Amino acid sequence: MNQSASSSASGGGSILMIAIRASIAFILLCGIIYPLVSTGLAQLLFPHQANGSLIKNAEGQIVGSSLIGQSFTDPAYFQGRVSSIDYKAEASGSNNYAPSNPDMLKRTQDSIAAWQAANPDVPISQLPIALITNSGSGLDPHITPDSAKVQIPRISKLTGLPADTLEQLVHKHTEGRDLGVFGEPRVNVLELNIELSQLRK
Amino acid sequence: MDILQFLIVIGVLVLLVKPLGSYVYHVYSNEPNRTDRIFGWADRIIYRVIGLKNRSGMTWKKYALSFLLTNIVLVALSYLILRLQGGLPGNPNNIGGMEQTLSFNTVISFITNTNLQHYSGETGLSYFSQMAVIMMMMFTSAATGFSVAIAFIRGLTSKGTTIGNFFEDFVKSHTRIFLPLAVLVTLVLVALNVPQTFDPNITATTLEGATQSIAIGPVASLESIKHLGTNGGGFFGVNSAHPFENPNPLTNVIEILSMWALPAALPYAYGRFAKNRKQGWVVFSAMMTLFLVFLATVYTAELNGNPALNNLGVDASQGSMEGKEVRFGIAQSALFTAVTTAATTGTVNNMHDTLTPIGGLVPLAEMMLNVVFGGKGVGLVNMLMYAILGVFIAGLMVGRTPEFLGRKIEPREMRLIAIAILAHPFIILVPTAIAFLTDLGQGAITNPGFHGISQVLYEYTSSAANNGSGFEGLADNTPFWNITTGLVMLFGRYISMIAMLAVAGSLVRKQPVPETSGTFRTDNVLFTGILVGTVLIIGALTFLPAVVLGPIAEHLTLR
Repeated sequence: MNQSASSSASGGGSILMIAIRASIAFILLCGIIYPLVSTGLAQLLFPHQANGSLIKNAEGQIVGSSLIGQSFTDPAYFQGRVSSIDYKAEASGSNNYAPSNPDMLKRTQDSIAAWQAANPDVPISQLPIALITNSGSGLDPHITPDSAKVQIPRISKLTGLPADTLEQLVHKHTEGRDLGVFGEPRVNVLELNIELSQLRK
Repeated sequence: MDILQFLIVIGVLVLLVKPLGSYVYHVYSNEPNRTDRIFGWADRIIYRVIGLKNRSGMTWKKYALSFLLTNIVLVALSYLILRLQGGLPGNPNNIGGMEQTLSFNTVISFITNTNLQHYSGETGLSYFSQMAVIMMMMFTSAATGFSVAIAFIRGLTSKGTTIGNFFEDFVKSHTRIFLPLAVLVTLVLVALNVPQTFDPNITATTLEGATQSIAIGPVASLESIKHLGTNGGGFFGVNSAHPFENPNPLTNVIEILSMWALPAALPYAYGRFAKNRKQGWVVFSAMMTLFLVFLATVYTAELNGNPALNNLGVDASQGSMEGKEVRFGIAQSALFTAVTTAATTGTVNNMHDTLTPIGGLVPLAEMMLNVVFGGKGVGLVNMLMYAILGVFIAGLMVGRTPEFLGRKIEPREMRLIAIAILAHPFIILVPTAIAFLTDLGQGAITNPGFHGISQVLYEYTSSAANNGSGFEGLADNTPFWNITTGLVMLFGRYISMIAMLAVAGSLVRKQPVPETSGTFRTDNVLFTGILVGTVLIIGALTFLPAVVLGPIAEHLTLR
């Protein structure tokens, strides 16, 4: 290669050409090939997880995803956390109330009043704060083990199931910390209620 | 148990620093290495495809021109895709083209590694846009940042006139770091329940017989590069708080380490380049010291909870759970918050707007300082900028010409560093003031009182630091916010990058000064102290008044 060719290869014009070709190459590589290869491998190796960890009923209908919370209006079911989007999973979000926001204070006071009306046997000093606060995603599938236990008297009364049975059910669906250390113990509300609904039949 | 979780994660990080830092050094040192055998062929194919024949070193001006041109071309192509996504393939949920100021904001946001999102992913982007624009820019912006940081390190540690070849660095960043790691992390995340599919939204019939539509998509492949590239833009609106993006505490830990490990390893790589590993550990220790203070603060604040709710008589022993997920609780939420704003990723696993005032001060302060590990590359560059400033101040105090790594620091370098350091508060505080003076800005505030000030301040701080998290209550998808934050992100990214490349270009030409007993040492504990002190003094002088008006005032009035 002669002198002039190598100096033109380092000029501004050729930098632009390389920049354009590099941009197109990386749009293809990182934007198309990478996600396609990832999806192919994921679907091949872990199809259940890759498709959203869906729960199906005996007829094969999709009941939901074990990762996504659902709204339960029937007080005979275990209730999940507050969700400003009412567990509508086509979107996600919360009100983003600041700790000083009077609307949040009011919402929480209303939740406490509603709790007292529905659970007259349980004093509010036992009501865990997680149950009356809005989750970050609005789709939190879990409640704390205590949040499940305090609902047992109400559900026992409404369903006629003995409290012992419900205790065992909650215990069975309580997941520990990951690897024994990470995160918090938790109860999956949908999985718990699916088994509860079978007991009610 | 909470403290143990912190210790394990930090312990794993520290163990990763050395192998990962050495690997990064080998990738960019351009000396023959056994990793060439694994990746050399891929590099060569890409060099041929993009027409890169001449891989000789570039002067700082040519390096800057190359990375700017590449970013400009990527921005132009991405803007077109977003505007036209309604008619392009890969759109099973039939999402229309994006509005123009929102498209402007979005492409700037992703090319600057900020990932501020004024749209909501599940309703605003087609799968094709998520891939070809969002995922692609997560790679390319991280690779750009990493390359510039490496070029800056070369300027500090080598002699000559050139600081490396941008295109070579850019290609290697992809083939040897981000792509292989991203595929690996993607598969681990899928194994741990993160979805990866091209199917449209799922329709479920709930236990109570209602219909629930569940947004899904190629989540895992975005999730991995989102953290590895310290990008932070979520597939879904609520980001890593969404159970599909971050289904369990184990994925939470993996995401934390993914975003943290490379920025933490970079100081070590710098030590290798400087042929003095202590230099790297000094920088790392300064970063870790600041980090631990911030982590302790946010954890304690969240654990103590919100006094307004604690007084209601319920069992509030768990702490402030508003805006948090049960599976993460306080510990994993606090750790994630401290890391995401340290590494300027901007991904969130809890809603920062709902943090207690002092808890919310932590991410804000980390972004204001912008040196606690920092994003892909720029964190180290910023920290080294403070190191040079620290040397300069210490030199003035004892009346010696300041030196750094054997190079005299002279007025030209100090002018450039002053520009870079002052630009950051300028592009935060001036737009914040403008927003308060106009109805267009004020109209977006959704929380009354002092917290409203924090919301606006946070938005511009996050933009300037190229972080991208938000006090998301802010109603920010309006032309005013799209354009102003877009400009702040641009300035926040490119002013300091270009200034630092200029410093590198100037230092690389200097004749090294031999080390004597009178040389001010920059590889000992004393210098770690000077570095931390310089960062805190500059940060406090600049930002204290604004912080007092926002989070501190809210804290004092909350009862």
